[in-house]
Amino acid sequence: MANLMSRLKGSDTQSQMTRRGFLVSMTAAGVAFGFPQASNAAMNPAVPDGTPITPNGQTFEPSMWYWIDADGQVNVNIIRAEMGQHVGTAIARILADELEVAWEDVHITHVDTAEKWGLMVTGGSWSIWQSWPVYRQAGAAGRTALIEAAAAKWGVDASGLTARDGAVTDGTQSISYGDLVADGLDRSFTEDELAALPLKPHADLRLVGQDVHPLDLDTKTTGQAIYGLDAKVDGMVYGVPMLPPTRYGSKVNSVDDSAAKEVKGYLETVVLDDPSGTVPGWVVVLGKTLHAARMATYEISVDWTAGETADVSEDDIQARSRELIGSDAGSILHTEQPETSAVFDAAADTLEAEYTTQSVLHFQMEPVNATVFQNADGIWETHAGNQWQSLILPTLSTALEVPADKIVMRSYMLGGGFGRRLNGDYIVPAALASKAVGKPVKLVFSREEDAQFDSIRSPSVQKLRMAFDDAKAVTGMEHHAAAGWPTQVMAPGFMPKGVNEEPYDPFAIDGADHWYTVGAHRVRAISNDLANATFRPGWLRSVGPGWTNFAVESFMDEAAHKVGTDPLQFRLDHLKAEGINAGSAPNAVGGASRQATVLQRVAEMSGYGTNDLPEGTAIGIATTFGQSRSMPTWTAAAVKLAVDAETGEVAVQKMWLAFDCGTVVDPDGAHAQCVGAALWGLSMALHEGTRIENGNVVDLNLGSYTPLRMVDVPDVEVAFVESTEAPVGLGEPGTTVIAPAIANAIFNATGARVRHLPITGDAILAAKES
Amino acid sequence: MIKFELNGRQISVDADPDMPLLWAIRDEIGLTGTKFGCGIGACGACTVHIDGTATRSCITYLADVEGQSVTTIEGLDEKGNHPVQEAWRNLRVPQCGYCQSGQIMQAASLLQDTPNPSDEDIDAVMTGNLCRCMTYPRIRQAVRDAATAMGGSDNG
Repeated sequence: MANLMSRLKGSDTQSQMTRRGFLVSMTAAGVAFGFPQASNAAMNPAVPDGTPITPNGQTFEPSMWYWIDADGQVNVNIIRAEMGQHVGTAIARILADELEVAWEDVHITHVDTAEKWGLMVTGGSWSIWQSWPVYRQAGAAGRTALIEAAAAKWGVDASGLTARDGAVTDGTQSISYGDLVADGLDRSFTEDELAALPLKPHADLRLVGQDVHPLDLDTKTTGQAIYGLDAKVDGMVYGVPMLPPTRYGSKVNSVDDSAAKEVKGYLETVVLDDPSGTVPGWVVVLGKTLHAARMATYEISVDWTAGETADVSEDDIQARSRELIGSDAGSILHTEQPETSAVFDAAADTLEAEYTTQSVLHFQMEPVNATVFQNADGIWETHAGNQWQSLILPTLSTALEVPADKIVMRSYMLGGGFGRRLNGDYIVPAALASKAVGKPVKLVFSREEDAQFDSIRSPSVQKLRMAFDDAKAVTGMEHHAAAGWPTQVMAPGFMPKGVNEEPYDPFAIDGADHWYTVGAHRVRAISNDLANATFRPGWLRSVGPGWTNFAVESFMDEAAHKVGTDPLQFRLDHLKAEGINAGSAPNAVGGASRQATVLQRVAEMSGYGTNDLPEGTAIGIATTFGQSRSMPTWTAAAVKLAVDAETGEVAVQKMWLAFDCGTVVDPDGAHAQCVGAALWGLSMALHEGTRIENGNVVDLNLGSYTPLRMVDVPDVEVAFVESTEAPVGLGEPGTTVIAPAIANAIFNATGARVRHLPITGDAILAAKES
Repeated sequence: MIKFELNGRQISVDADPDMPLLWAIRDEIGLTGTKFGCGIGACGACTVHIDGTATRSCITYLADVEGQSVTTIEGLDEKGNHPVQEAWRNLRVPQCGYCQSGQIMQAASLLQDTPNPSDEDIDAVMTGNLCRCMTYPRIRQAVRDAATAMGGSDNG
């Protein structure tokens, strides 16, 4: 509605969602237009209609990442998806800082897909880390060009000029960027010139690290932010899917929609023909309204032949993981000394434990949905929130049987990403249905369909071993981890090879290749073929490190207790910045010593080891390096909890987290991301988890699936180590430390060692018995 | 034709009386600030006020609001400056923002009924609203701040 209103009024003021806007909407309803035309996407989340600012007069475009107009307004192009990180604000401020413009003049545009942007992906906690060098350079280019232009205008040497707040000065006279742009400016830079540009010293940063109000935030308090579910296209019909009994391999034998013809507003049922193989055996029911389509599904019967995984259970998948761990399958990661058999043969003592984790749903608040149509220019437009456009575009091209440059993906706010929308499979059925009926189709999944079709966090089985010499010193460690592999299934090109030349999914093993110095260290990643065949494994907030670190950090506590050392001291003794763990520039300067620092920090914050807590109450600790060795976010947590002696029920009282993420670009956003990530960790440790039965997840909605809610939220305290190092990611690392810290706290409180997620009271009582 | 008051205006909607109010508001009337989350009234994303009471519009039939007064996030305050909305912005509560219309409508209703809520009151009422970004700590504080701003609370 606001979109339409803005087209009519050309206004983007805050007061737009008023009664007047309402009237316009009511009047316009039902008006037929010519070619289908979509309402505006959420390109500029600062305004209710999502419309990017238009330049006034001349523009200067020092790089494809932004332009400056004759008014000195700056528009920054953002290729990342906005899903709660305020990512556009963070990236734009990096650029604006180097460019030296006032924040009030900065605007953002979440761009449509285009080849020139390169890889479009928002995941892995990569956005700031990857954007930092690029947008700083781009900002410096603009600043340099504008200073040069002022120097030429004044006939002085550029070295005597400075830029600040969108103006260049020589100390006596000043000229605004807008005026310089109005004069005409077309300086461009070669890659070499860009790389040689002077960047501001850290101490001169004026926006990075300061408090800046997020550009996307205000429209999220008034109902005006535009999500995929809000997409609207003239002449669109609504679709709902009827899901086949298995994720793959199901075939439709027949469809009987005779009873549905009585449903008012029912249009037709389409059996999808999918050349991309993304949604085999799918049926989409179309209606004039979503309600009509939904009601029709109750009257339609579909006869399917199910695929081969129709009887698969979670237990079958876990049994297959154990079988694979017992074989020599898998990929051996590059560690300093991956051969461990000699040290285990020579060991005076060994420790071994198995850790398991259950399937987890994304359950992002906005069920997946997509609106797709072919526009008047013959271009297929997809309107949906998405995190990895570059991944799904080729699939859409195959599905629609058109070249990828005939498809454009528009940007919307995401009602939660958490990795679900890295996999754009939900766009494919909307596209196929639109092609089949020749109309724009808005496909909306029910919550139950969203859950059944989810790319879940795979269940996992991990076996860890440690070897000790006769002085109880650690001489070797092994970590064997088996699970479904999202990257193998969806993006195999992103899999590196291990020392045995076997490819591995880094997102299913990162974390196991930790920064502890343990002598010989064998890390084996194993793909569970039964899991991959039964469901589409997903990247879910923190992905592999969400389960590998549960194992590593629980095991470190177990090892410490075995050798009679306090778990804090045991960790510090093995976090030595030496050899492969010394760290290197630019991302891991200081190596393991920085991990030791954050661990000591949470120990101090929490009073770990020093306080006298009531019976059944204890603090547990854990530390990780966030998402991967290539981009370590040094992370540590302490969790204080109480365990009910009768029921085993856990009440988490407080969580402390410390991070060293290098430069903190957005302090308030960093805090929000870290708290959110930590509470995800808590939710997956104690509150949520599902399982596969008959080839599908059993929990489809909130009746039985029980994510963390406010009543169970403890105080969370977050600290950041001050640093001028390159910024690394913060979206996920907080998730990785919580489950092991909880498991370790439970052990400290009760003596019960729990090795399965989610942790239940019954499991604690059972472990206490044994 | 179902007639009711929406955000202070009399309207009539020509749709299936069994259509959930949520979809009537979103798709028939075109106000998309109210969100769809679970469809079973268990996540709170679709919360609106019906005659002043916070109600899950996904499990309310259109026919049920005949003659009643419905308020959505768009109508909570004409300029979007209800004290709850202001508190939400000041504390920067929203992350993805998708659940926040429902959170705000629930919180506004809570403060209408209980101007001076205890922490337990806030937890008890707001726990019905799921937030997958886990903005709970800021929601909790923002409700306290809004209560103070509305003059009901001095214990924040």
